[in-house]
Amino acid sequence: MKVAVVRFWGSNCDHDAIEWAPRVLGLASEVIWYEERELRGADLVVLPGGFSYGDYLRPGAMAARTPVMEAVIAHARRGGLVIGICNGFQVLCEVGLLPGALLRNQTLTFLHQEVVLRCETAGSPFTAGIGKGRLLRMPIAHGDGNYFADAATLSRLKDEDRVAFRYVDAEGGLDPAHNPNGSLDAIAGILSEGRNVLGMMPHPERASEALLGSSDGAEILQSVLGSFQRA
Amino acid sequence: MKARIHVFLKEGVLDPQGKAVMNALRTLGFGEVQSVRQGKFFDVETDPLAPGESEARLREYCQKLLANPVIENYRVEVLEP
Repeated sequence: MKVAVVRFWGSNCDHDAIEWAPRVLGLASEVIWYEERELRGADLVVLPGGFSYGDYLRPGAMAARTPVMEAVIAHARRGGLVIGICNGFQVLCEVGLLPGALLRNQTLTFLHQEVVLRCETAGSPFTAGIGKGRLLRMPIAHGDGNYFADAATLSRLKDEDRVAFRYVDAEGGLDPAHNPNGSLDAIAGILSEGRNVLGMMPHPERASEALLGSSDGAEILQSVLGSFQRA
Repeated sequence: MKARIHVFLKEGVLDPQGKAVMNALRTLGFGEVQSVRQGKFFDVETDPLAPGESEARLREYCQKLLANPVIENYRVEVLEP
């Protein structure tokens, strides 16, 4: 499995993302600059976190209109795997590969803290190896992570089992006090219609080694590799 | 041509910034304020455009970049042809 990480001006979690596959899977990561139009044969494309283009206009809006994103869209339409983390999730919503939008946190503050996520479906390459109901600990670090979609989109996401992760309390229960940014229906991550694109606000790549306080994030990458090898 | 393009949140989309601004106004003694919705505008100058073409062109700016149709509406206003 070939892994590539896209780098925009203002990406700042790119190094964590670049180290992710080597450390978890022992696979190399390619780095792709936003001006490139080829993904160099990547099977899995990671859009990293950060503040691409200074969040000008809207978070992810400028990155969404770069040349490399045309290649990412084509890759996703062919069924290729894409993970967008944090700003990467915002970019995926801006290009329309995922529905909805990420609004300013309900608190109006930048939030950086550990959260507990509940895996809501095993029906995707990213979560097949994790399993529905499993709890994962990893950090969030964002100002605009408040997931929003209109009522029709939300009910479609639920009907099609496309909510990947929700924010929950330590026991795995839904609780507004543990939905840090005010996301609609406590949604932390969603899947595309084809289930090959995952967007999530929390940072699995920052929680993939015990030294970092949690290695739960590694399971997403391990799941992807497992699914890729079975395919 | 000179134009002003307004971009604002759709009704029903929460606006935590607008709410914070409303609270600040009320704190300052403007107790009559019941709602604030925050938006933005873009002042745009362009090469001359064919008469009748301007508004459609401006709306295209919004659809392609300036507004996110998931959460925002827009209004275009030609100031000088």
